[in-house]
Amino acid sequence: MELTTILFYLFSVVTLGAAAIMVFSKNIVHSAFALMFTLVGVAALYVLLYADFLAATQLLVYVGGILILILFGVMLTSQGYTLNFKTITVNLIPASLLSAGAAVLLIFAFLTTDWKISEVTERTDTVYDLGMLLMGDYILPFIVAGVLLLIAIIGAILMSTRLSVKNKGGA
Amino acid sequence: MELMSIQSFAEPGLIHFLIVSAILFSLGIMAVLSRRNTIMVLMGVELILNSANINFIAFSRFTELSLHGHMIGLFVIIIAAAEAAVALAIVLNVYNKFKTINLDEISLLKG
Amino acid sequence: MYTQLPLAILILPLLAFILLIFFGKKLPRQGDWLATGLMTLTLILSLILLVTKLNTQPAEAISSSFDWVVIGSQTISFGIMIDNLAAVMLVVVTLVSTLVHYFSMGYMKDDVRYSRYFAYLGLFSFSMLGIVLTNNILLMYVFWELVGVSSYLLIGHWYEKKSASNAANKAFIVNRVGDFGMFIGIMILFLSYSTFAFEAIFDSISAGQLPFGSEGWLTAAGVLIFCGAVGKSAQFPLHVWLPDAMEGPTPVSALIHAATMVAAGVYLVARVFPMLTADALLVIAYVGAITALIAATIAITQYDIKKVLAYSTISQLGYMIMALGVGAYTAGFMHLVTHAAFKAGLFLGAGSVIFGMHAALHKLHDHHTDAQDIRNMGGLKSRMPFTYWTFLIFTLAISGIPLTSGFLSKDEILAGTLAFSTLNGHWFLPLIGFLVAGLTAFYMFRLLILTFHGKPVNEKIYEGVTESPKVMTIPLVILAALSLFFFYSFNPFGATSGWFYGAIQRPLSMVPELLQPATYPVFYEAVSSVHTIAMLLSILIATGGVLMALAVYHWKKISAESLAKRAGVLYTGSVNKWYFDEIYDTVFVKGCHVIMKMLRWFDENIIDGIVNGSAMITKIFSNASGWIDNNIVDGLVNGTANTAGRAGGLLSHVQTGKVQTYLVYVIFSFLVLFVLFL
Repeated sequence: MELTTILFYLFSVVTLGAAAIMVFSKNIVHSAFALMFTLVGVAALYVLLYADFLAATQLLVYVGGILILILFGVMLTSQGYTLNFKTITVNLIPASLLSAGAAVLLIFAFLTTDWKISEVTERTDTVYDLGMLLMGDYILPFIVAGVLLLIAIIGAILMSTRLSVKNKGGA
Repeated sequence: MELMSIQSFAEPGLIHFLIVSAILFSLGIMAVLSRRNTIMVLMGVELILNSANINFIAFSRFTELSLHGHMIGLFVIIIAAAEAAVALAIVLNVYNKFKTINLDEISLLKG
Repeated sequence: MYTQLPLAILILPLLAFILLIFFGKKLPRQGDWLATGLMTLTLILSLILLVTKLNTQPAEAISSSFDWVVIGSQTISFGIMIDNLAAVMLVVVTLVSTLVHYFSMGYMKDDVRYSRYFAYLGLFSFSMLGIVLTNNILLMYVFWELVGVSSYLLIGHWYEKKSASNAANKAFIVNRVGDFGMFIGIMILFLSYSTFAFEAIFDSISAGQLPFGSEGWLTAAGVLIFCGAVGKSAQFPLHVWLPDAMEGPTPVSALIHAATMVAAGVYLVARVFPMLTADALLVIAYVGAITALIAATIAITQYDIKKVLAYSTISQLGYMIMALGVGAYTAGFMHLVTHAAFKAGLFLGAGSVIFGMHAALHKLHDHHTDAQDIRNMGGLKSRMPFTYWTFLIFTLAISGIPLTSGFLSKDEILAGTLAFSTLNGHWFLPLIGFLVAGLTAFYMFRLLILTFHGKPVNEKIYEGVTESPKVMTIPLVILAALSLFFFYSFNPFGATSGWFYGAIQRPLSMVPELLQPATYPVFYEAVSSVHTIAMLLSILIATGGVLMALAVYHWKKISAESLAKRAGVLYTGSVNKWYFDEIYDTVFVKGCHVIMKMLRWFDENIIDGIVNGSAMITKIFSNASGWIDNNIVDGLVNGTANTAGRAGGLLSHVQTGKVQTYLVYVIFSFLVLFVLFL
């Protein structure tokens, strides 16, 4: 077995195992940490797929940003009188049936489809090409994404500040 | 047939990545559907987004999609970031209003 | 030149609307100067356009367009067309609009929603100019609905008054009926020619292509498009909305419900004239004639100063439609232009009177006397000299007295109908034409005499009435000048030699020869042979009407009451507007109630089952008498709520209010779809 093959299986197991822990864990903080391992595993899979820039972005944005945000959310909403990190599951049976169904259907679909594979033989640095694409063909989506982020930030700030103002008024 | 599948077990190809992403996707669905906690649901959504992203990157590695797949993946990450920020702000507002973030207790829409 | 200038004309009022609706309250004087200034600029641009057009390219239609929507091989383009018709109409619209803007600065001075009023005027002007400028019928339909909306907003300007909001609704809904027909007509044309542009449609027709290969469909398309004009120009049987629309501010009535929007129907017919078959034109002529007659007979007995003018507007619009129908294209359009001037003037004059009456009543703290009822006026001549003299000129013009613009156009219309009857034997049309001419002279002078002459009915009110401010009287003077003959033709007894007849000529009919109306040379010859007779007759009849009005109301030689008694049924019919509202109420509104009652009965019977049947029928019948008294809105709302409530009761089991349960449904359905399509 080659090294890449071993690495692939290793990281797949890490990713899926951590994801399973995340989903089934009773403690939300454990879930959050399991999510971190999942995200790191996905980043490793990106590297195996020759997507170095994406892997870096994944680490920076997901692990460094979104995960921290989620942890903040956990801390902020679990305080006060509901000081328990336990989470309970609802409609377990339909959910497990549906997710199993989804997995089976998707895998079935993937296996039966005749993919046109044209493998890249040489592994090159993607950053330069991505940069050119971003400033060339994708300039409009790039700008739109920037505006979207700006709006999201403003919206989030607005909602949170209104929250505190209301609290002050209420007190 | 049997031989081929063993062979393909050995070397990770497109199908392998796709299967990983499918399982990740179904785990995400599981989280979204079954957990009471809104933040858990959000984490499930992140899993689903990640599984989609793995698909894109896998396609860009193994098919004609090439670098365009990376671009799509990049934008998915951007949008996921925006979504997480807004969604958490909403969760905080919900918490402030209902004093809970358990989705089954927030049932104002009940007919 | 012919692209930028029309676009500027179109955009300026829109700019006024946008600025005023967003910043109106913050601007000094609530931005009236801005709206008025922009409108004046638009007027100047339109005048420049008209003069250049007539001097440089008098015969051509200049259009420019760009692709708007491309669906497969189908292209829908957007464009502007300037021909003489459009150029003249532009000046008419912008001129009346500008004067109304100035007038409104006085009339609406203390209104609560002053800036919004001017904003809506801008919106209206924009949409009206859009109708005039567009080169394709789809875009015209879009603007057509936009004028409907702005008219709705302006009629309902004082929406605190129940009658005003009801009138706005009525105008909007009745117009929808006509527009529905127009839309079907447009769709017939589009299905057959896959284009909306006027010129392309005309070209295809003249190339011998008929909609669905049949001549009947071409006539049907023409009549259906005319339905739009029936609604907007308040033709019989959809004329009922216009008198109620007088609930809006008076300058609005002058702009929208007298001079421009209601004339849009006439403009539409003029635009599609080349594709109308002889049969379609005959329908149009008869609808116009019936409208003219009905409205004129109602106008005789009304006492509300604005209602009289409203019915006279309907009647004059009927004239124009009739003129187009008989083929007197130029005469009909000329009447549109002259009518725009003198009818806008009449409405503004009425507005000035109402303004004075209001001020007087306000001083007396009298809130019961109706400021618009001519029975409360009388003798206002000496109190409001400017208003009186201008009103007199407008009245002479609408009555068709020589030396006025109204005489020129009305005379040509009458000659046209007479010529038409000599060609085709439809003697009914000229008969109605002359009869209505007499009636018009009669009721207009009745209005003038009761308002301005004689002794004041109430001395106190009379003392309080003063002349309106300059900003209101100057537009009146301008419009009065425009109601004189020399603006249209230097010969006071014949319009045919004037510039107007040179500029606006009847377009060639594009329909197959068998379906064509009489060609222009034939028609023209017939007109010239009867012109003198028509002119003498029209002068005679108009003078007769005036003398009759003087005899009844001024010299009091004949008692109005005894005349009314002698007329009997005719009089009661006229006073009650020929019961149109009542008939519609019985047929449509009550009909809806009956249908709704039936549905409700059916519904409840099903649900409660046969066991309670006998008890229920008794209950429904006892409900029924109370039900009829409820108005339609209540009924509809309750019916909808009942149905929705029942359906909701059944479905509420599904609505757990839990997001995740919903998500389960969503993903389940998604998977099912996935399997189905895989």
